[in-house]
Amino acid sequence: MPQMPADEPQRDAEATEPLTLSRRDFLTAVGVAAAGFLAGCTPEVREAYFAKHFLELSPKEVEARLARLRADCSRRFGQAVSISAQPAQPGVVFGYALDLSRCIGCRRCVYACVKENNQSRDPQIQWIRVLEMEKDKGIDFEEANPYYNPDKVPDPDHFYLPVACQQCRNPQCTKVCPVGATWQEPDGIVVIDYDWCIGCRCCMAACPYGARHFNFGEPEVPANELNPNLHILGNRPRPRGVVEKCTFCIQRTRAGRYPACVEICPVGARKFGNLLDPESEIARILHEKRVFVLKAELKTEPKFYYFYGI
Amino acid sequence: MGPLTFIATSARFALRGGKAYWLWVGCLLALIVWGGLAYLDQLRHGLIVTNMRDQVSWAFYIGNFTFLVGVAAAAVVLVIPAYIYHWKPIKEVAILGEILAISAIIMCMLFVAVDMGRPDRAWHLIPGVGRMNFPSSLLAWDVLVLNLYLFLNLTIVTHLLYRGIQGRAYNTRLVVPLVLFSIPAAVGIHTVTAFLYAGLPGRPYWNASILAPRFLCSAFCSGPAIMLILFQILQRTTKIAIKDEAIWKVAELMAYAMFLNLLLLGAEIFKEYYSGTEHLIHLQYLFSGVRGHHALVPYAWTYVGCGIAAFLLFLFPATRRNVFTLNLGCLLIYASVYIEKGMGLVIPGFTPDTLGEVYEYTPTLHELRIGAGIFSVGFLVFTLLCRIAVPILTGEFAAARAAAAEKSSHWLPHTGSAPAG
Repeated sequence: MPQMPADEPQRDAEATEPLTLSRRDFLTAVGVAAAGFLAGCTPEVREAYFAKHFLELSPKEVEARLARLRADCSRRFGQAVSISAQPAQPGVVFGYALDLSRCIGCRRCVYACVKENNQSRDPQIQWIRVLEMEKDKGIDFEEANPYYNPDKVPDPDHFYLPVACQQCRNPQCTKVCPVGATWQEPDGIVVIDYDWCIGCRCCMAACPYGARHFNFGEPEVPANELNPNLHILGNRPRPRGVVEKCTFCIQRTRAGRYPACVEICPVGARKFGNLLDPESEIARILHEKRVFVLKAELKTEPKFYYFYGI
Repeated sequence: MGPLTFIATSARFALRGGKAYWLWVGCLLALIVWGGLAYLDQLRHGLIVTNMRDQVSWAFYIGNFTFLVGVAAAAVVLVIPAYIYHWKPIKEVAILGEILAISAIIMCMLFVAVDMGRPDRAWHLIPGVGRMNFPSSLLAWDVLVLNLYLFLNLTIVTHLLYRGIQGRAYNTRLVVPLVLFSIPAAVGIHTVTAFLYAGLPGRPYWNASILAPRFLCSAFCSGPAIMLILFQILQRTTKIAIKDEAIWKVAELMAYAMFLNLLLLGAEIFKEYYSGTEHLIHLQYLFSGVRGHHALVPYAWTYVGCGIAAFLLFLFPATRRNVFTLNLGCLLIYASVYIEKGMGLVIPGFTPDTLGEVYEYTPTLHELRIGAGIFSVGFLVFTLLCRIAVPILTGEFAAARAAAAEKSSHWLPHTGSAPAG
């Protein structure tokens, strides 16, 4: 830096400056303005834009949020909806098993899932992806075709591999989320707080199974097709700009029902239950069949198993 | 002198200039408006206006972000010799590297911001206010180190300019520790950004320990390339004295970086092609196409070709000291790294996707417009900051001020001191 004489004639200029603010005045003014803005907002605006993380809500605040969401949905879809925040039951960890020798690739699970979980029809979002694989190549994703469209399934030269969220015990997606908007619940379901997700899509880059889907556009669910039985961490209508995924039908399974895909499957290829209950169907399959998981080498430890039942 | 007077003085400097200056600023503003309108459209309709989809969920924006983190980090190439070895020819212009770092970091943050699905929730990332997933999320780390790096460079530059306008020498007890700290911080921002990708086992194209060193090497190629061109523009348009010696030294350092960059690329290519595992398909998609999808192939060979040509031009002292071949080399390496970090890093990582699907991504006009707008913001910030810094660096400001003080009328320079525009 060039040196200069130390005289400071600018003092005069400063002294006559009527608008001189000290740094402290300036910061105080900014702080007061911000506080005033926050205080001046209506509670609805504050709740919508400055909503807390779901896990930080008190039981009373959870009720308040449910009420707000109920009102929003009713207004938007013109019908009464029920929305719950039912927590995980103690002693339950959900597991899933899919019998590859039975699956015929009919995609009924895909459509049942779309309907049950209020996935956007346009742009299309589908949590289940059924891959058509060539029989003589085995499971090879490079050869998989998700857009198969024959007149009749199953095709004799192909078999089918449906993939959705693998509900990993060691999920990559929750690890990378910068704001903790996605986490594993005590019953093993990986959920997303749609009010907290910032839409950075790190989780989508991290997921090895393509299970996460982003609302690039405004999700559209026709009012007469809405499933009104909702869970706050599951199938409630999502806003634009957030990520969503399979939750093992949290709204059903926490209430003791099967996921929609298990119910609809015409060949009984899909099995579901409590891994901790040795008498459950899922526990028996794990014990009596030989199961495997996708991409086991990544150590994600899915709770979604595949097996060949026949 | 209070902060407001400082701002007013700086503004008066930034707002003086000839026709060419205002034409340049006008073009930038026009591009910012053009990009801003595209962004408004994106806010209205969502990221559906881009060509990103579930299969390729990060693309042009995040590629530019990655590239610009490198540009910001490369400011250290200038700062290290300037402050550690007291190498005078570079020390005089090191502040320009810091100004470039500030501009690049601002662009980085804007690119991340426009990529967010919910920019209204950006406050969730603020420690203490939001809920940062620290230390497990690398993006959380990235937000911290980028802000820290911006803060460091802003502090240094503001202090230097503030003292410069006052006509006082900078406080070495403040500047030197901050500059020394900004060196590991610069390495940190690019390493953390590389870890953001390298830490994902589901994406074998990125899940390589070589990624962070490759990031650093390519940054040390592209960042100084921009600086060299800017130095020459400043040499011609202002009275700033940038010695050829300084330019040659930077070019020599770049030649080392380019060699390492090519070596690491070669190591990666050898490993993938020779072992030929299922991980190879991403490199194949980049260099030869997969199942009839060839969108990236021209980009890939362009970046390899430009990278090798630039290295050869910088390798030989004769060509790196020749004005024409030096600038050609700068442009080639800049293009090479820009393509490599943009299309060449992000897109093949996602193609084929984790379930084997090939979705061919090309940016939409919206993405290009928003990108152009953000680059214009960066150029504008750089232009304005240089506008303030250059007269201080050249001593024009001091001379004018001394003259003004003698007349003891106004303390601001107002006659015969306008920097050439």
